[in-house]
Amino acid sequence: MSDAPTEVAVHRSGQPPGRLGFFTDTTVCIGCKSCEVACKQWNDLPADGYTFGKGRRSLDHTGSLSSSSWRHVHFVEIAAPHEPDREAARAALGAGAGGQLPNIPATGALAAVREDVDLLAMADGAALPEAEIDRWLFDSDVCKHCTNAGCLDACPTGALIRTEFETVIVQPDICNGCGYCVPSCPFGVIDRDPYDGRAAKCTLCYDRLQDGLEPACAKACPTDSIQFGPYEELVERAKGRVTELHARGLETAYLYGAGDEGADQLAGGLGAFFLLTEPPERFGLPAQADSPIQANMPAATAAGLAAGVTAAAAAVVSLVFAHRRARR
Amino acid sequence: MAEAHPVGFRWVMKARECGAVIVNVDPHYARTSAVSDIHVPIRAGSDIAFLGGLIRYIIATGSYFREYVVNYTNAATIINEDFRDTEDLHGYFSGFDPETGTYDRDSWRYEGERSAAQAGEREHSTQAFSDRTGAGMETEDMRSDPTLEHPRCVFQILKRHYERYTPEMVERVCGIPPELFRKVADTLIANSGRERTTMLTYAVGWTQHSTGVQTIRAGAIVQLLLGNIGRPGGGIMAMRGHATIQGSSDIPTLYDLLPGYLPMPRAREGHLSLEDYCTTGGSKRGWWSHFDIYAISLLKAWFGDAATVENDYGFASLPKISGNHSQFPTMLRMLDGGIDGMFVLGQNPAVGTMHAGLMRRALAKLKWLVVRDLADIETSRFWKDSPEVLSGELRTEEIETEVFLMPCAGHVEKEGSFTNTQRLVQWRDKALEPPGDSRSELHFFYHLIRRIKAHYAGSTEPRDWPIRNLAWDYPVHGPHQEPSAEAVLKEINGFEIASGRPVNSFADLRNDGSTACGCWIYAGVYGDGVNQARRREPGNVTDPEGGDVSPEWGWAWPSNRRILYNRASADPQGRPWSERKKYIWWDEEQGQWTGYDVPDFPREKRPDYVAPHDASGMDAISGSDPFIMMTDGRAWLYSPTGLLDGPLPTHYEPIESPVKNALYPDVGANPAAITWKRGENPLNPMESGAYPVIVSTFRLTEHHTTGPMSRNLPWLAELQPELYAEIDPMLAADRGIEDGGWMVIATERGEVEARAMVTRRVGPLRIDGQFVHQISVPWHWGTYTTSEQGVTGDSMNDLIVLSGDPNTSIEDKTFSCQVRAGRRDGESTQELASVRDADIDASADHDAEVPDKVFHTPQSGHQPPPESR
Repeated sequence: MSDAPTEVAVHRSGQPPGRLGFFTDTTVCIGCKSCEVACKQWNDLPADGYTFGKGRRSLDHTGSLSSSSWRHVHFVEIAAPHEPDREAARAALGAGAGGQLPNIPATGALAAVREDVDLLAMADGAALPEAEIDRWLFDSDVCKHCTNAGCLDACPTGALIRTEFETVIVQPDICNGCGYCVPSCPFGVIDRDPYDGRAAKCTLCYDRLQDGLEPACAKACPTDSIQFGPYEELVERAKGRVTELHARGLETAYLYGAGDEGADQLAGGLGAFFLLTEPPERFGLPAQADSPIQANMPAATAAGLAAGVTAAAAAVVSLVFAHRRARR
Repeated sequence: MAEAHPVGFRWVMKARECGAVIVNVDPHYARTSAVSDIHVPIRAGSDIAFLGGLIRYIIATGSYFREYVVNYTNAATIINEDFRDTEDLHGYFSGFDPETGTYDRDSWRYEGERSAAQAGEREHSTQAFSDRTGAGMETEDMRSDPTLEHPRCVFQILKRHYERYTPEMVERVCGIPPELFRKVADTLIANSGRERTTMLTYAVGWTQHSTGVQTIRAGAIVQLLLGNIGRPGGGIMAMRGHATIQGSSDIPTLYDLLPGYLPMPRAREGHLSLEDYCTTGGSKRGWWSHFDIYAISLLKAWFGDAATVENDYGFASLPKISGNHSQFPTMLRMLDGGIDGMFVLGQNPAVGTMHAGLMRRALAKLKWLVVRDLADIETSRFWKDSPEVLSGELRTEEIETEVFLMPCAGHVEKEGSFTNTQRLVQWRDKALEPPGDSRSELHFFYHLIRRIKAHYAGSTEPRDWPIRNLAWDYPVHGPHQEPSAEAVLKEINGFEIASGRPVNSFADLRNDGSTACGCWIYAGVYGDGVNQARRREPGNVTDPEGGDVSPEWGWAWPSNRRILYNRASADPQGRPWSERKKYIWWDEEQGQWTGYDVPDFPREKRPDYVAPHDASGMDAISGSDPFIMMTDGRAWLYSPTGLLDGPLPTHYEPIESPVKNALYPDVGANPAAITWKRGENPLNPMESGAYPVIVSTFRLTEHHTTGPMSRNLPWLAELQPELYAEIDPMLAADRGIEDGGWMVIATERGEVEARAMVTRRVGPLRIDGQFVHQISVPWHWGTYTTSEQGVTGDSMNDLIVLSGDPNTSIEDKTFSCQVRAGRRDGESTQELASVRDADIDASADHDAEVPDKVFHTPQSGHQPPPESR
């Protein structure tokens, strides 16, 4: 896989400004969603709808990134391990508690015992009603501005380009709405506008960058969970942050999309990368990702080789990922 | 705090990065809990039991900061031998009158202390604010025991009062496991003392209870025992409900205060001369000995040249209060037809006030109503589509209220200041012109009063004297004749009348009519003729020698002091308690107090100065007494005066609680709480078990108060589209309530429907071995939105009974309810229509405002034992 950008950067004038990116540190995110709102305000994006409960049991009612939500805060709730204690549960419920809470009576028609509910089983731990939740993690997701950008690789019109800041943007006046980019994004970021069919996603506030302003989400973030800056500086800072967190005892901290090399790289390296404390799947992020075209290049160049060799290569890749996961 | 104050929470996160331990006490697991080191789930409404447990633990383990406690608090002071504690009288303090539900507080006093004013004069439903600092106390003959051994010294009384608040009792009352409680207590203790400090922050989760003031007091006692007041990184920070709530106490929108915490004069005092007012409001000892200076300078600011020594500076023309004129009794008077008109600014009582259905019915009795807001809100259209109109109880064609909806400028469309939590005054410039007819509040009131003055200019009626003589000359600018906000700030700051020169400090103010000052505590905000609040110089914040004080960032009252009572950051001899917590200290060479902040102490008063027995004014404050606003110079662990419901915080249940009071079973709720008992304000009957679920309201990051600034905005509306209730899986299963489905929350006042969010974030608690269930519900929804892309929903305040903390008349936001699956039948408040009281004579003093008639014992039936009388 190539370490270089898949596209020559577009430079408007003079010296290339160098790669700019996001470092999203989930350990200081407070889930306030001001990034979502700042993004929508700056980019004048509509609301996605007013539906309660897209993220059941959480405070997340927008659900995912979309053509009109270019930042999205995931709420990840993790339960504490629960030690069932049948005797204590029985005592706390009182005698004959099946289907009715004796100490908080219902009235009227509700007072009838519900045969279909076994509260004792719930109290005993089956539904974990009493367990304190252990962790509630927040992660502001965004376009990764990949080094190997699947969307850009798949775009037949040249609407998707890499900018002078080495970010990836859609030029809406060129996009014809073919949608090839949508399945080509390994992160499920890019999406078509349901009204005009064109693709849309985070631009890393290209218009603000041109005026020397930081992107709206990073500007609005009250806790500096979203940090913006020159990519190399951000990576260095992020690595330092991981070291610091390890020293503090948070040994599960790791970088997602930066700091890995060679075959470990996600999509050749992510311009917007993350500091996570749980396996990526918990945040809705894939453990492996690359531009489909890039991913297929080794196979394409190896056309004619025996299928068994390919399988062996795949096995090696799996081992590499297993190794990387173990390091975390 | 992460939930409701995310921007301020930035600094909590920074502190966490520096190693601070964050403890979050909250009935439900909120966003703040997620980023805290310790989350403590607590039964809503049981905070005093938890804090009392901490007080007991700190004393029992000998972990209090003894040198601080002995020298800086009233721990050693001996209390009147007539005093009886709640432990002696089964939950009542001495002096309780079960007929009126009020306390005679004479027995709570310091031994040997006399009140300057006669008993009764200071003790109406509205007591002088300065009572809370001991103003008027004559303390010459007070006694104390610095060994803290005397059985009647405050420390021993405190110890006995909290003796039963053990970790096991905390578990029984609050549902907090003892091991978790000890972990919190040990964390606080480990992070307090000479080398370290702990800060408490709270918001309406502490204040909006029938025991709200006492809850804050309990927090203050914890902080004082641990030596965390007046020191960097310590204190108790009140997180405000929205911008400049602190400012609206300083220059008050409260009925019982004048600017700078001067008490409102009271009609029932009988003697109304300025001298009498200054005598009863002020004090011979301590800082309030300057009371007359501030009062006269205020009158000079208001009445200008017309205020002379001969006419008592116009004092007689100030309005007088005759009872409790806080919001709830005022609305009850309105309900009975006793109020003609009302201005509503920056408030939406049809959604945001307790028992909102009652509020809407009261609005319908007005002749006129002025609402100033960004857009149409529920309060300005109650006559059109409120639940009462939809149910047919109110008929639009029969409502005579004339409503004036005035568009107001948004906060970026006007200049002015915000005063926030730590008394920091910050100026904001106007960024945009307000659109259309929108105007600032300053514009509205300036021109309204200007027109009223013109109307009365020819009047010779004595009663019109204050209107005719009100000093009302502010420069105006621009096409709309916008008054200058800085000119107002200059008047608030104060100035020498002869020269017009702004004063630099309240020390420059005089009691001879030569100075004017709109709010003495703000003196200096316009010092040197410069708007100091407009400064934005952080300075070198990394300088270890106090760089983080940033004295040129905005301006803090008083005197740009960033930490109040900061004399307490040094030991009695004037040395810093530790190098690490160095802040203000005595410099022997220069013979003055110095340090990183402005010393909150007479600069040249030596730490070894001992106040002579007969001293008065500031001379009566010794060099080792940091709390200079208090008559005795000490912080009060025990409050001998100023509070109406007891000298020490005591655990009482919320007014509606399905849980028995485990500590004081004979009493239940705060016996001195106000409940305004009348037909249309029914309490949930607790004995029947019909309302077994605890409910508490909270705020979300995504919405602002009653929602007009957020529910109308698609970007915020989509983030939190519907009213919901967090409910635990067991209760939900019992009631057949499904996640994401509808549920109804019912009280005697009404029913609201909400989406169910079945979650363990509000898990059931175990109290006395039994599961107790509570639900958590945000309250930002109302029935109207200006936008097709806005959202509406039921208002939680339709459910809440009007009740009050006796000191502040603030309601109890923890109450009891019943829950069921499905949607409500009919409109939210229609059940109440059948129990309306008949209208009463509203021309006389209204019952709702008269202290003896508004207080009563909630959940009555338990008479206090006879010895409590």
